[in-house]
Amino acid sequence: MDFLRSADNPWGQDIWIGISWDLVWLAVIASLAFVVLHAIAVRLRGPARIETTPPPADVPETSRVERHSLVARAFHWTMSIAMFALLITAFVPVLGLEFDWVQLHWMAGLLLLATIIWHVIHTLGWQDLWSMWVGPTDVRDGAIELKHALIPGDDDEPKHRTGKYPADHKLYHHAAATAALAATATGLFMMVRIDTPFWTRNPYLFGDGAWGMVYVLHGLAGVGLIGLVAAHVYFAVRPEKRWLTWGMVRGWITRERYRVHFDPTQWPVDELGDPSGDRGGALAEASPRSPQDDA
Amino acid sequence: MGTIRDMIAPFDFFQPATVDDALALLSEHGDDAWVLAGGLDSFDWFKDRIKRPKVVVDLGVIESLSAISESGDGLEIGAMASLTSIVNHARIRADYPLLTTAAEHVATPQIRNQGTLGGNVSQDTRCWYYRSGWPCYRAGGNTCYAAAPQAMNREHCILGASRCVAVSPSDTAPALFALDATMVVRHGRRERVIDAEDFFIGPSTDITRMTILEAGDLLTSIRIPAQWAGARVYYEKVRDRGSWDFALESVAAAFRMDGDMVADARVVVNGVAPYPVRLEAVERSIIGSRASEDLAIGAGEVAIQGVRSLRHNDYKVPMMRNLVKRAVRSVVA
Repeated sequence: MDFLRSADNPWGQDIWIGISWDLVWLAVIASLAFVVLHAIAVRLRGPARIETTPPPADVPETSRVERHSLVARAFHWTMSIAMFALLITAFVPVLGLEFDWVQLHWMAGLLLLATIIWHVIHTLGWQDLWSMWVGPTDVRDGAIELKHALIPGDDDEPKHRTGKYPADHKLYHHAAATAALAATATGLFMMVRIDTPFWTRNPYLFGDGAWGMVYVLHGLAGVGLIGLVAAHVYFAVRPEKRWLTWGMVRGWITRERYRVHFDPTQWPVDELGDPSGDRGGALAEASPRSPQDDA
Repeated sequence: MGTIRDMIAPFDFFQPATVDDALALLSEHGDDAWVLAGGLDSFDWFKDRIKRPKVVVDLGVIESLSAISESGDGLEIGAMASLTSIVNHARIRADYPLLTTAAEHVATPQIRNQGTLGGNVSQDTRCWYYRSGWPCYRAGGNTCYAAAPQAMNREHCILGASRCVAVSPSDTAPALFALDATMVVRHGRRERVIDAEDFFIGPSTDITRMTILEAGDLLTSIRIPAQWAGARVYYEKVRDRGSWDFALESVAAAFRMDGDMVADARVVVNGVAPYPVRLEAVERSIIGSRASEDLAIGAGEVAIQGVRSLRHNDYKVPMMRNLVKRAVRSVVA
């Protein structure tokens, strides 16, 4: 199996020209293997335990805790559309189903860029940037999760309840952000090489070697995103995680879920329904007509 | 790179006697196999040692692939039918003179004796950067050397560029396109009948190929429906050398007339894009109109909407306009 493709340029220099398409198949196969192995492991071992505390007596279990604002959800789903469009237009032709993909690809890339800018502005202005910070508690809980997954019988120590985002969410976010930013930045340079309504192509912004690096980085980021998106979709549809997915659809989770999974000191919510300070999260009465999320 | 060498790199050579045998070989060897028709494109690649297939499957002895026969109310031409046999075929000359004329314009008599219709439509581009073995997009790289600021791109495209700016070199392709021909492609036991329009693909779909043919595919025949039999046609090829050369541009057009009105039309140009281009906007502009000089002038102007020339091929724009104008003018009483 090859990892990179190289060729001799007209000056006889051996230069990188991109990743090997073998890596696409590797990413697809590795993603499928991860899904299957994880599903088997969870089936055999069950999820790691979480520490428990009694619920506040004066709050009804059916009340709602706002988890994602409408703006945040709109970002998430718009970015999802862009990401799927990018992966499909990038890799489906490589896997054998050919279509006119170039224009769709760069348009989806611009949509992704727009959502990233939107997300950064929204985060800096209206959200708690530090809720994504990986702290000592996250490291400890990550170690507990790993031990639980890898060492049979090591189930005694419960995980901490977390802030708004558990450690795995934070790590996923940072990995996806790194890959998406790398793909977007290199993709913008690559757009210079094609005709768009905005400019005439210029293939000679960089030399052969530098372009090779851009293509390799773009390819590696894209292949990485195959695995990251596959993992994200897998966890989103897992029965024990679906309430989080519904939270991204409806914007809220039940008070019971909040009590079981989250630490009020790290993610405080106002019982009157208003966000507590800048940290987000609101509480309101659940509508009896609202869809039931908990599987 | 680009140096002509005396010796072709070694390969295993097969001459199957039947289409099924050929398909079995292609299936067995996959990407390692190279389909050899007349050899006029292939041997350039081989002698330059730029393409080094491990296996060459020569279709030359499969007699059924050279047949020209009636197919319903149209014709079915085997992919290995020589261009000379097409030029000399009475039925083609009578009903489809557009194809006859296009085939007559391919290179020289000697090359037409050896060249086949299937090979002519399937041949690779003649971009010399690509043919010289440079690692361009079409060769699997990430650069188009022909679009460079200092590149020699006089023969390259003014339409349909997507990173690569090479053009389709086929003389018969636009004629087949205009006649609504279909391509019969077999892959193992599966047979597909593909419109000419879908047979040729652009670089935005797959930058390394000019047709949909993939490893294991075999173009077995080309069917020409009766729809345009007996139509008024026009073919013109512009080339640097009158004796023989690839087209700088060509136009193939077919018209159905109702008196002096254009009832239906097909106008296709080649040499302007990585694939033959059917000018549907031109067709719409003339169908239902009375053939006239003004109509021809207008068609020429419509034809060049959206073109974008490179550094050295501005001339292709007025050439395309004039070819289309002359094609439409040919039906003016």
